[in-house]
Amino acid sequence: MSLYDLMVSPFAEFEFMRRALVGVLALAIGAAPVGVLLMLRRMSLMGDAMAHAILPGAAIGYLVSGLNLFAMTAGGLVAGLVVALAAGVVARATEIKEDASLAALFLVSLALGVVIVSLRGNSVDLLHFLFGSVLALDNDALMLIAAIATLSLTTLAVIWRPLVLESVDPGFARSVSGSGGPAHIVFLALVALNLVGGFQALGTLLAVGVMIFPAVISRFWSRDLTVMILIAVAAGIGSGYCGLLISFHAGLPAGPAVILVAGIAYCGSVLFGRCGGLLGRLVPRRHLEA
Amino acid sequence: MPVLALRRGLLALALVALVAAVPATAQPAAGGDKLNVVASFSILRDLVHNVGGDRVEVVSLVDPGGDVHVYSPSPADARTLAAAKLIVTNGLGFEGWMDRLVQASATKAMVVVASTGITPRSAGGSAHGSGGIDPHAWQSVGNVKSYVGNIRDALLRVDPSGRAAYEANAAAYLQRLDRLDDAVRRAIATIPPARRKAITTHDAFGYFAADYGVEFIAQQGVSTETEASAKDVGRIVGLIRQHDVAAVFFENVSDPRLIRRIAAETGARIGGTLYSDALTGPTGAAPTYIDLMRHNVEEIVAALK
Repeated sequence: MSLYDLMVSPFAEFEFMRRALVGVLALAIGAAPVGVLLMLRRMSLMGDAMAHAILPGAAIGYLVSGLNLFAMTAGGLVAGLVVALAAGVVARATEIKEDASLAALFLVSLALGVVIVSLRGNSVDLLHFLFGSVLALDNDALMLIAAIATLSLTTLAVIWRPLVLESVDPGFARSVSGSGGPAHIVFLALVALNLVGGFQALGTLLAVGVMIFPAVISRFWSRDLTVMILIAVAAGIGSGYCGLLISFHAGLPAGPAVILVAGIAYCGSVLFGRCGGLLGRLVPRRHLEA
Repeated sequence: MPVLALRRGLLALALVALVAAVPATAQPAAGGDKLNVVASFSILRDLVHNVGGDRVEVVSLVDPGGDVHVYSPSPADARTLAAAKLIVTNGLGFEGWMDRLVQASATKAMVVVASTGITPRSAGGSAHGSGGIDPHAWQSVGNVKSYVGNIRDALLRVDPSGRAAYEANAAAYLQRLDRLDDAVRRAIATIPPARRKAITTHDAFGYFAADYGVEFIAQQGVSTETEASAKDVGRIVGLIRQHDVAAVFFENVSDPRLIRRIAAETGARIGGTLYSDALTGPTGAAPTYIDLMRHNVEEIVAALK
């Protein structure tokens, strides 16, 4: 098998492969930068919780109007935001820490979502909710994912300064500007939006993977925020491309294959990463000499 | 002291678990003096209903429209089984969860495997948990006649006093099945032989294909338990192009979006819904087994002709 057969011809020959590739490209471009900021704000768990929270929202959309793209998207978006805000309120108003209330809320959402889906659909529908169908992206789904990526990048550019400032030094950010709070809310909306986009292709359980994995991988290779975001986008695109190829050649389910490739890249980064990787720590580098 | 309290708590929990694990006791038969029969899924329920008539009260564990392959039984199902006098299953590895459920319910009911005596086909393509046997034997009317015979014999053993009724019902139903078999063959004969090729979402029509001479290429292996991989989809698109397949069929238990994508990519016609593993509700297109077969054949003829 030539290199062309291995790496190009699946996409040249089959439209569904091209569509899947475009889908994961757009997802990576939109979600990876959001994931990097999510990680810097120590909110990776929040991403997970919101991804689960999308399930009941999308399920209510499904209950009302079947496998309708926009009903499920709107439902998921609202539910994701509600859980994010609810976790914040519980953390501030009670003695429970935010991570604990998130863990509680995402379990409730998952259970509620499964119950709602089974009200109308059967267990196969549920499987598509949980794991998506990246091989069956139609025009509407692709447009939605691309639109979300565009909106996400534009919005990040607008709220970039207060967002980054608040991520690295919240005390200083509060002392010089009052725009941290609104920026935080907008950022949460972006997280929910990107997860809803990922839900179309990868389902609620795996959507958060294209957001978190590239971010964590990038953290092992650079300390510069801009470089980290570039690495994260590249890692997301690479995982998507390799995952689809593996699914095509080895006959593995497509969505899980994409996330597994990202997981393998993560393990590699943990071992060999330049910034804080295991091997780098075991083998001490020379001190800088003046 | 707190340790002691904790230990006491754990002990209490263990007791609760023990009590919960005691099998549900058999409930008195619902529906007066009728014979309680449990069928594993809706098609068997319809067959039992036709043979048993008014003398039996039959329920199915998997509702119409549900997917037996990935069904997970609930505690209520164990209670239903415990109250039954007769349990009818398809066998051939179709209801993988049934044996455990029967044991867990501690039921005293007789269990009859309806597919006993038919000639099993091996599943085309990927083999799965059932040792590579295709369980969808009811897609051939000839096999269902064996099913009806097995169900009749089982009812006779459990309820000998109803012999006359069961034998008369079974004979009448077998005649209707003979007429159905004729109708299916006549309908398929109207399709030109070169066009008797179709794609389905679920490899459930192997027995139909063997008996009636329509070739079905499945899009998703033999079981809906697995997610489609890019390899499978690529293979199917290649197959459609290669064999010039005329139609692609939806099924009531698989992802319609994937089928639409394949149809858009190859220009094959999208056929209507074929029902394979489950009947529809009373208002649907296939409330009984005979309706199901007639509906499927109509759709196949309409799409391939």
